[in-house]
Amino acid sequence: MSGTDAIPEFPKRSAADGADVSLTNMSALTSGPGVRSLWEVAAIAAVAVLIIGGAEFLLRFFQVPHYVLPPPSTIFMALITEFPHIAPHLGHTLVELLAGFAIGASIGLVMAAVITQVPFLEKIIAPYILLLVTTPMLALVPLLILRLGFGYEPRIVAVALAAGPMVMINAATGFRRVDSAKIALARSYGASTLQIFWKIRAPMALPMILVGLMIGAIFGLLTAVGAEMVGGGFGLGNRLTTYSSMIQMPQFFAVVLILSILGILIYMLFFLIGKKWASWEA
Amino acid sequence: MNAVDAKPVKLAVRSATKVYRTASGDLLALDRCNLEIGRNEIVSVVGPSGCGKTTLLWSMSGLHSLTQGEILLDGQALTGPHPDIGLVFQEANLLPWRDLDANIRFPFEIKGQTPDNEWIDHLLHRVGLGGFGGKYPRELSGGMQQRASIVRALSLKPSVLLMDEPFGALDSFTREEMNRLVEEIWLDTPTTIVFITHSIEEAIFLSDRVVVLSPRPGRVQAEYEVPFPRPRSLEIMATKEVFDLTNAIKREIVGSRKRAGETVREVQHAS
Ligand SMILES: Nc1ncnc2c1ncn2[C@@H]1O[C@H](COP(=O)(O)OP(=O)(O)O)[C@@H](O)[C@H]1O
Ligand SMILES: [Mg+2]
Repeated sequence: MSGTDAIPEFPKRSAADGADVSLTNMSALTSGPGVRSLWEVAAIAAVAVLIIGGAEFLLRFFQVPHYVLPPPSTIFMALITEFPHIAPHLGHTLVELLAGFAIGASIGLVMAAVITQVPFLEKIIAPYILLLVTTPMLALVPLLILRLGFGYEPRIVAVALAAGPMVMINAATGFRRVDSAKIALARSYGASTLQIFWKIRAPMALPMILVGLMIGAIFGLLTAVGAEMVGGGFGLGNRLTTYSSMIQMPQFFAVVLILSILGILIYMLFFLIGKKWASWEA
Repeated sequence: MNAVDAKPVKLAVRSATKVYRTASGDLLALDRCNLEIGRNEIVSVVGPSGCGKTTLLWSMSGLHSLTQGEILLDGQALTGPHPDIGLVFQEANLLPWRDLDANIRFPFEIKGQTPDNEWIDHLLHRVGLGGFGGKYPRELSGGMQQRASIVRALSLKPSVLLMDEPFGALDSFTREEMNRLVEEIWLDTPTTIVFITHSIEEAIFLSDRVVVLSPRPGRVQAEYEVPFPRPRSLEIMATKEVFDLTNAIKREIVGSRKRAGETVREVQHAS
């Protein structure tokens, strides 16, 4: 039986191990804001009306000056009238976000897939990944600008640095979720390591990968805007600094609103992908 | 069914020894275990939990290498997973991201073969899952999931079927139903079956022979012929012979447990 040494042994695991009940579980994404009843939708809308209406009323009633906080209606008006001027900046921010995210997420995914196959390597690298995750990449932006100038490049690098480790750490959690019985199943049919990766490990990891991609994208957005605030004359972050320095608060808050909407769109995108491809876990 | 000696040996376990190397030291799971299974025989393996039943079965499937000894399939030493050997796991072990059809075709996908749709359809209907191909595992009851996993194991027409406590998680009623199903399938398409179970009743109902494994390290401690004709009716299962056999096996297991307990205590005293 010496020929079977190539077959690794699988640590015993209870079935419960497969369904880890962590905060970062995919169910947060798929079963969170799931299908809502009409009544719930109405209630959410009512709360929104109450908050916006209440703010509008209070701000006007107490005559809070616009440079402190403009009422919602003024912000909406500014959003509409100022949008043609903001749109190109939105485009710049999106370019940085997409490029940086694509680079960071790809590297993060590949690294997660590779290091989880080699437990020793993973142990060595883990502290550095943690360092990358916890270090605010924004802190590096002045340095990046010094090296790469005032164009897209430093921002794209910053976004990649912010998104990559987030994607990686979550994807690695996913890839680590080995279900020895499922791998044994594939092996019993003679599956190769590559087949086991694509047909068992990757689908098992997908929910966590999606969580990582979502968190990475949101961190990427924050970092892109932050980097734009540091230097270079374009992007939504630049608009924030410009408008606030000119005390154009309605326009300023219009940009804040756009950023909120961007964040929600990112969340919804991954929520829908999760719903379609990873709902088996919920 | 009781002329076991006349049957050619399909699967032989020869002096199987398995040592797990763990962080807390070596663990002897199987110790020179010997077992022969005739062609188209159904053999159940019972024994206390943790005695090495799964280890034995996985070794027989070629998934685990033995530390010493060998497994012979049709007289040939087994060196790894073999297409002639089908495995049914403790839990249904379906892939939750695939519907039933895709789950059952998984083995063909891995092997790069075109699935035998006619045979799969036949099997699906045989186990009462016709028309459920588009369902996902979570939409099915535990019994249905285990049926699907049996279809998956049989889809490649293995000549040996190894089952590791396949119905342990099911309620007793569903379990009896599944036992009957296995018997029916076997009567349809005779196969060599090794069946691990906790339930002595299940073992007697299904098997030609019941093998009792000793507490760890696992060794064959006793074997019992089950000479009743098939299909085994409820009447047969209610006879005194079955009752006596059940008790004999139970005593064997309980006795071995006691002896193991004594050794544990002795060891504790010694240390
Ligand atoms: N991969 C493994 N590594 C270390 N110990 C193991 C492993 N698999 C099983 N064991 C140990 O070997 C013994 C036999 O296990 P197993 O074959 O699963 O028993 P059973 O199926 O009879 O309950 C147990 O003590 C178990 O803890
Ligand atoms: Mg077991």
